[in-house]
Amino acid sequence: MEKINRRSFLKTTGAAAAGAALVAGGCAPRAKENGNVTSAAKDDSVLDTGQMELRTNGGNGDRVSLLGYGCMRFTMKKDKDGKDVVDQENANALIDYALAHGVNYYDTSPVYLQGQSEDVTGIALSRHPRSSYFLATKLSNFSNASHEASMKMYNDSFRALRTDYIDYYLLHALGRGGLELFDGRFVSNGMMDFLQKEREKGKIRQLGLSFHGNKDQFDQLLTLHDKYHWDFVQIQMNYYDWLHADGVRNVNAEYLYDELDKREIPIVIMEPLQGGRLASVAEGVARMLKERDPLASAASWAFRFVGSYPRVLTALSGMVYMEHLKDNLKTFMDFVPLSEEEKQFLSVDIADVMANYPTVNCNDCNYCMPCPYGVDIPGIFKHYNKCINEGTYAKDRAQEGYRKLRRAYLVSYDRAVESLRQAEHCITCNQCMIHCPQSIAIPRELHRIEAYVEKLRRNEL
Amino acid sequence: MLKRIRQILAALSITAVTLLFLDFSGTLHPFLGWLAKIQFLPAVLALNLVVVAVLVVVTLLFGRIYCSVICPLGIFQDGVSALSAMRKGKKARFSYSPEMKWLRYGVLVLFIAALVAGLGAVVALIAPYSAYGRMVQSLLAPVWGWGNNLLARWAEHSGSYAFATREVWLKSLPTLAVAVVTLVILVVLAWRNGRTWCNTVCPVGTVLSFFSRFALLRPFIDTEKCKKCHACEKKCKASCIDIDHMKVDYSRCVDCFDCLENCKFGAMRYGLPARRKAAAETAGKEGDNGRRAFLAGSAVALTSMSLHAQDDKKRDGGFAEILPKRAPEREVPVTPFGSESVRAFYDHCTACQLCVAVCPNNVLRPSKDLSRLMQPEMSFEKGYCRPECVKCSEVCPAGAILKITPEEKTQWKVGTAHVDLDLCVVNRDGVSCGNCARHCPVGAIEMVLSDPDDRQSPHIPSVVEDRCIGCGACENLCPSRPLSAITVNGYEIHHKD
Repeated sequence: MEKINRRSFLKTTGAAAAGAALVAGGCAPRAKENGNVTSAAKDDSVLDTGQMELRTNGGNGDRVSLLGYGCMRFTMKKDKDGKDVVDQENANALIDYALAHGVNYYDTSPVYLQGQSEDVTGIALSRHPRSSYFLATKLSNFSNASHEASMKMYNDSFRALRTDYIDYYLLHALGRGGLELFDGRFVSNGMMDFLQKEREKGKIRQLGLSFHGNKDQFDQLLTLHDKYHWDFVQIQMNYYDWLHADGVRNVNAEYLYDELDKREIPIVIMEPLQGGRLASVAEGVARMLKERDPLASAASWAFRFVGSYPRVLTALSGMVYMEHLKDNLKTFMDFVPLSEEEKQFLSVDIADVMANYPTVNCNDCNYCMPCPYGVDIPGIFKHYNKCINEGTYAKDRAQEGYRKLRRAYLVSYDRAVESLRQAEHCITCNQCMIHCPQSIAIPRELHRIEAYVEKLRRNEL
Repeated sequence: MLKRIRQILAALSITAVTLLFLDFSGTLHPFLGWLAKIQFLPAVLALNLVVVAVLVVVTLLFGRIYCSVICPLGIFQDGVSALSAMRKGKKARFSYSPEMKWLRYGVLVLFIAALVAGLGAVVALIAPYSAYGRMVQSLLAPVWGWGNNLLARWAEHSGSYAFATREVWLKSLPTLAVAVVTLVILVVLAWRNGRTWCNTVCPVGTVLSFFSRFALLRPFIDTEKCKKCHACEKKCKASCIDIDHMKVDYSRCVDCFDCLENCKFGAMRYGLPARRKAAAETAGKEGDNGRRAFLAGSAVALTSMSLHAQDDKKRDGGFAEILPKRAPEREVPVTPFGSESVRAFYDHCTACQLCVAVCPNNVLRPSKDLSRLMQPEMSFEKGYCRPECVKCSEVCPAGAILKITPEEKTQWKVGTAHVDLDLCVVNRDGVSCGNCARHCPVGAIEMVLSDPDDRQSPHIPSVVEDRCIGCGACENLCPSRPLSAITVNGYEIHHKD
């Protein structure tokens, strides 16, 4: 990765911040006046009195909550044998609360949470009337795409989810690998024919796909719309990816949205926070957002951005803790969309500043793991991003407080990632690359971080 | 008064030396490092003639105050003896015993022979400073480390970076065993008979005794005032006051001054004796109740177990298992940068463990090889000899590791790496790698085509021997486990070209 010059980096940050400050006096609609402060943030009373924003699926008339629950990030605990198991009680409490506040779309997959997500979600939801929620799950036949294995995965989903129909069924992670991969996973093994029949029978109410890939790959899949009729498509969309995808392995969300909108295909949003990156933003970015609205959380900005596009059926958020859920509910109950100017502010001003931070675009999905050589890939990126975002990283030996920052980085690195799993153990075998939905050049980024750490260790920055 | 001064100086001295061995951060060495350098044997081995001369002159002037104030092992035994006196409730528990010449000089001859023959293990076994260092490094340092880790955990909770976790691991089982045996023997001897060890086994004590016999200032008995109450004799932990014959054996007196305070009649004085009588040694009565020779160590041939403190932290699933690395067989041991040759290193090293204590990369550890048991060697299972670090060269008091700068360091060649292509993951796992080449600080590893005629063939590492310095980065970071596919062998003689 090209190293960005520190001075130019600081300059961009400063300039963008100044630019943002100029437009901040603007004309956006304000939801609330709080003393002298105007803010779109709502207080807790909205949780009692507010209404969840609902969107209508043009295809079948489903009334779907704009906030959907992504069931891939529940807390884990250790069982008797030391194995990681999802904390079912915690999941139940979250899902009960979400359902009571109008969240009616639950998205899972047979591979999430080390394979436990469907079961956990099924247990939690089956305690409520089946008609009160929509279930979404996926055919995640990555490792074995044979007819038998795929059929087993399909049937197991019904059992785990304790249901006899699935509302939204997705072909999981299409795009990369193009039509060839699509044929291999879904056509040649007969699954496409089978799933279409299941849709006719009503076992699957809506059939769609989730997409990660570039423009050509997306266009190819859309050409199949006439043949298969995608009832909905799930895409990665957030204010950063709107205009700032790399263009080689990814494509701007704006393009994806417009193409689907043209065809009137309902859109499900994944990664509205880019895996949390837009919830815990860099110091400079946080200041820009807070100057604009001191009471609104960074996450609420990102959710309002995706919610402001009408073709969006629901935006999935993997809420781990009650605070996440409540903050999100406050955004989506009595929902206030963004003005055009505010959309610009996020997708241009803020995203431009973010693009100049050397953070790694990792959202901790863990698809790359386990690294066969033991490297803790997401752990390394998370620690690095955190230090960059908090501004707690040493830049230069001449910098004030350099010694402290150097020690802080090295000690916190050792705490976050045990030394045998640190970046220097990446051997560039490149086996992780194909798994990364964000198309991060993982070894290159690891080497970049390692080079930085090595400079710190040698005290040669 | 003199006793009080001695006690205060001794307490300061042993605290400082102990801290020197415990402080893994290296912050104390600039301030306290000299304490290691004024130890007698390291100074002799380092050919530090100034220090040796000063110590000899001091002994000629004042007697063996070295043994009471500078030598940590001596001070340690005084502490044990004092505890024993407290527990037994009788402070006066010693009695005169004649010098055990055969044992004393026998050990010294053996010691010098071992030194000349380069039997470092034997030297390390009885050298007092080494014995003390070994005990602190093997027995106290882990406790210190765990304490640090406890603080680090607390610091982590409170978001502080004041303390960082440091791995505590068993560096050598034989050395630990020897340290335990040393400790037990010393405690038993000191508990029962005070300074037995110093006056029968310790070669430094024996050497200094040649000079202390002629010391200018010394404790002496004022025969006119002496009432022959034996109070001084009973208090003498060196068992060197013979009141029956009105004699003091100055070869064994360590100038603790306990006798002075204990004389009610002012008959024991420290200074220039009025009449200089040659300290005659009499073969007096048998006062020796079962002193045992120090026969430990050589019998200790325990097999080594790799009890690495495996760090198996629990995390949210999804990690591949990492096998611990195993040290390869090295034909020639790798000795630290600055040691110039394997021979010179082991000839000078007193196995005091100071370098082992201070190595931040977990490279140095006491050898398990019998011929250089407890003397350090380098190995790269837990880290490699990082280019910016010259800590061991800064602390070595014995001249085994000469002082070098980081700039000089990468010019020295202490060994060279060689590749085992069968183990290399390029061949074994069929992946691309090159981690060794990427981390070589001197660019001594070239990734070459495994089949020169096939441009598509995978790249395998090859060592450019004349560039390799033997730092072990490649071996440490090689993904092949438990045995690395690229390993370092030492050079008998280190060189710069």
